[in-house]
Amino acid sequence: MADDDVILSVENLSIDFNLRTHVLHAVREVSFELRRGKTLCLVGESGSGKSVTARALLRIIDKNGTITDGRILLRGAGSETDIVPLNERSAELLSIRGGRIGLIFQEPMSSLSPVHTIGSQIVEALRLHQAMNKAEARVATIELLRQVEIPDPDKMIDRYTFEFSGGMRQRAMIAMALACNPDILIADEPTTALDVTTQAEILDLIKRLQLSRGMAMLLITHDMGVVAEVADEVAVMRYGRIVEAGSVDEIFHEARHPYTRQLLASTVRLEQNPRALTRPATVSDPTSKPVLSVRELSKFYGGGGGLFGGASYAIRAVDNVSLDLSAGENLGIVGESGSGKTTLGRLILRTVEPTSGTITYNDREGRAVDVTGLSKRDLRGFHRDVRLVFQDPFASLNPRLTVKDVIGDPLFVAGLARGAALERRVGELMELVGLDPQSMERYPHAFSGGQRQRIGVARALALEPRVIIADEATAALDVSIRSQILDLLLDIQKRLSLSFIFISHDISVVRYFCDRVAVMHRGKVVEMGTAEQVCTAPHEAYTRALISAVPHPDPRHKRMLHRTRFTAEATP
Amino acid sequence: MTHVHLESDGAAEAGPAITPIRRSGGKTEIAVAGPWTLIWLKFVRHKVAVVAAVLILVMYLIAAFAEFLAPALPEAAKPQFTYAPPQDIALFVTETDGSLSWMPHVKGYKQTVDPASLKRTFTIDPDKVVPIGFFVKGPAYKLWGLIPMDLHLMGPLKSGDTMYLLGTDKLGRDLLTRLIYGTRVSMSIGLIGVAISLCLGVVLGSISGFYGGWVDLGIQRVIEVISSMPTIPLWLGLAAAVPLTWSPLQVYFVITLIVSLFGWTGLAREVRGRFFALRSDDFVTAARLDGSSERRLIFRHILPSLTSHILAVVTLALPTMIVAETALSFLGIGLKAPVVSWGVLLQEAQNVRTIATAPWLLIWPAGAVVLTVLSYNFLGDGLRDAADPYEN
Repeated sequence: MADDDVILSVENLSIDFNLRTHVLHAVREVSFELRRGKTLCLVGESGSGKSVTARALLRIIDKNGTITDGRILLRGAGSETDIVPLNERSAELLSIRGGRIGLIFQEPMSSLSPVHTIGSQIVEALRLHQAMNKAEARVATIELLRQVEIPDPDKMIDRYTFEFSGGMRQRAMIAMALACNPDILIADEPTTALDVTTQAEILDLIKRLQLSRGMAMLLITHDMGVVAEVADEVAVMRYGRIVEAGSVDEIFHEARHPYTRQLLASTVRLEQNPRALTRPATVSDPTSKPVLSVRELSKFYGGGGGLFGGASYAIRAVDNVSLDLSAGENLGIVGESGSGKTTLGRLILRTVEPTSGTITYNDREGRAVDVTGLSKRDLRGFHRDVRLVFQDPFASLNPRLTVKDVIGDPLFVAGLARGAALERRVGELMELVGLDPQSMERYPHAFSGGQRQRIGVARALALEPRVIIADEATAALDVSIRSQILDLLLDIQKRLSLSFIFISHDISVVRYFCDRVAVMHRGKVVEMGTAEQVCTAPHEAYTRALISAVPHPDPRHKRMLHRTRFTAEATP
Repeated sequence: MTHVHLESDGAAEAGPAITPIRRSGGKTEIAVAGPWTLIWLKFVRHKVAVVAAVLILVMYLIAAFAEFLAPALPEAAKPQFTYAPPQDIALFVTETDGSLSWMPHVKGYKQTVDPASLKRTFTIDPDKVVPIGFFVKGPAYKLWGLIPMDLHLMGPLKSGDTMYLLGTDKLGRDLLTRLIYGTRVSMSIGLIGVAISLCLGVVLGSISGFYGGWVDLGIQRVIEVISSMPTIPLWLGLAAAVPLTWSPLQVYFVITLIVSLFGWTGLAREVRGRFFALRSDDFVTAARLDGSSERRLIFRHILPSLTSHILAVVTLALPTMIVAETALSFLGIGLKAPVVSWGVLLQEAQNVRTIATAPWLLIWPAGAVVLTVLSYNFLGDGLRDAADPYEN
């Protein structure tokens, strides 16, 4: 091949995993090329083999996986190396790892050592690959930290990982990956664990560093929005194969494979708001009584006066929040991690006790119930009407109970149904959430993430509640499943009279699902308005920054690069 | 890059490509498999643990049918056969014409008396044939103290003959018989002891882990105090307090109680830790929001998730009980004759002179203890690995 720009080419790569009962062909005949200064995005949902492919380039796949076929050719300085036949411990492979190919992991929390300073970890990489002495390596490290825009790099070099925030750790991780001037940078979901605004900053940084250094980048992601913002070329993976590849514009505007189109459709659909059409009249009727009304709710942690009378400070997890939820309304609560949105949900349910404030619930008969004053016993009645759907579909179902027991548990405990009646009701609920009632004798481990979340919804619906608090209910799911679950909830809402409080960090999900949105920042509600207003014409500076950081799934209208930045005032 | 559109062999794929290795354990089977089935599937992959489990099962069978399996009675002493060495089983005898004929037998003893020290020594006499057989009538006994029987698995055919496969002790008692009877005591003392520890550990650990706060603080301090006590002097003291007039059976139970009163702390800590972890798990919060009472939370949601772990911990606690009993009896403060346990048997091999004359008195009981403790440890390891089938 005469193309000088190609640094790495993968030809017909196949990887098998030997599992106990079967061989999984995790990657099948995958071919692609990485070009100098260009970004290739591998897109796919969980289990599509994208991460395994990337790890194969460094030969760090798990022990039970083997490369069965194909070549990985690394070109440079007139020579060509095939990575596949190299010995695991050969000096050549070790010099490629971290030397010519740098890797950024998804989890900045766990990919840096907590017992070494940030600086010493980068210094180590430099001394290993570049044969520098200690003083030189330190100077180079400070320079690297400066490049990844860590403030005060000469001081931060001696700090430990736990003193860094998630975004800062990811910057340090990038500095480490870049330490030896690699030709290729592999980023495996580098921003998935980060907030949107941090994600925008990190992507921005990676992109700029890549251009200035002329590196090739392989970015692995499940987020079509991120792809549209940073990719030059895209390869869509499904079940271990690349189903479609092309330039970013071609993929987004002339997709031919049905799977690519489906993936795009489910992403783009979340950019709309179908609620505008189906919204019940009660929602905008100001005379109707709200179902739930929260007044000046606060939760402070700490600050009770130190044991030894020392200085103490309180963390204001939720600070003076007031909101109303009308019957049939979907109220969204958005915010970044640590903004107090999950705590707010737990406070309303009183699984966490509020420090001050009131929660009033107007029950079916129209009586006002003061939730904050309820005893343990009375709280049970409230929990029947106000239910919670959890984020993690795996941890929230007891693995040792059958689906029938899981869904039927609230009915059984409340004494509403027993025996055959219970079974019938569970069957109805499973049909309602789109599951086959035949499978009620199965255990949760037999279901996929999306199906489990449906089980969680069925459990929440079992007691015919009036309000469902969904805490990041779709965050752990793939995009296509995500919109299915949202549609399911909207569909159920049409049939039953339900209100939702939808807690999410994902603005597109909230826009799709909610009527009104409350934006939380550092425990306070900074803006509240209709979903359209907040998402298209936000009033507050923070909301504007948040909205503009959301990647836009259209490469012709990149949003992130023109985003508004919000400089937070000094921590109170 | 040119726009390539790669459609894979026509029809759209519905799932990841796999090639099955085995046909057993199909998807639907696993789907309806309960937690115990999954634990079992994971456990049987641990081959060493399975072997250990079989060995332990055999041990308990021996303990259960000790009277039938033992060729003699544990107290039947024959002073003329003190420190008789082990005999080997042979299957054929050589007839006078040189041909071999089928006849299971052991060789008898030739007795010599040292003229200087008057010490009696036994050597195997290859010419003396003692025919033995299976399911022979021997000394009468009561199976489980109830059913009068005189059938033994094996023994000499003629009632006056003797068979000492593992040799005899200083009173001329058959070691094999005593070892088999000792199995019953040693294996059961562990079970009873652990059962008491289990009750204490699970109850106190659950309370400590579920409620936390002051209750937890109190229970944890008690555990720390108990585990800081030097055990052997304490046992000595407690055993000394047992009145001499008590029957061996009473002493047996008191010793068990003493051992288990100090054995529950580890289990309680384990259970508490698990409770702490599970208490904040989503599915427990979900059950709480479903309106479950605290009792239901503990017994329906938290404890079932713990049973497999508890089982593993118990399996690992059993050998410590057995070793503790052995140690106590060896020191002479545990079980005493006429009760037979491995510890009591080892006590007889305490001095160097005995070991020099009759090494089998040390080898076999010690071997039984080592084998059992190892088996329990392997089994416990296997169970612990299999205990959480939902890890991945």
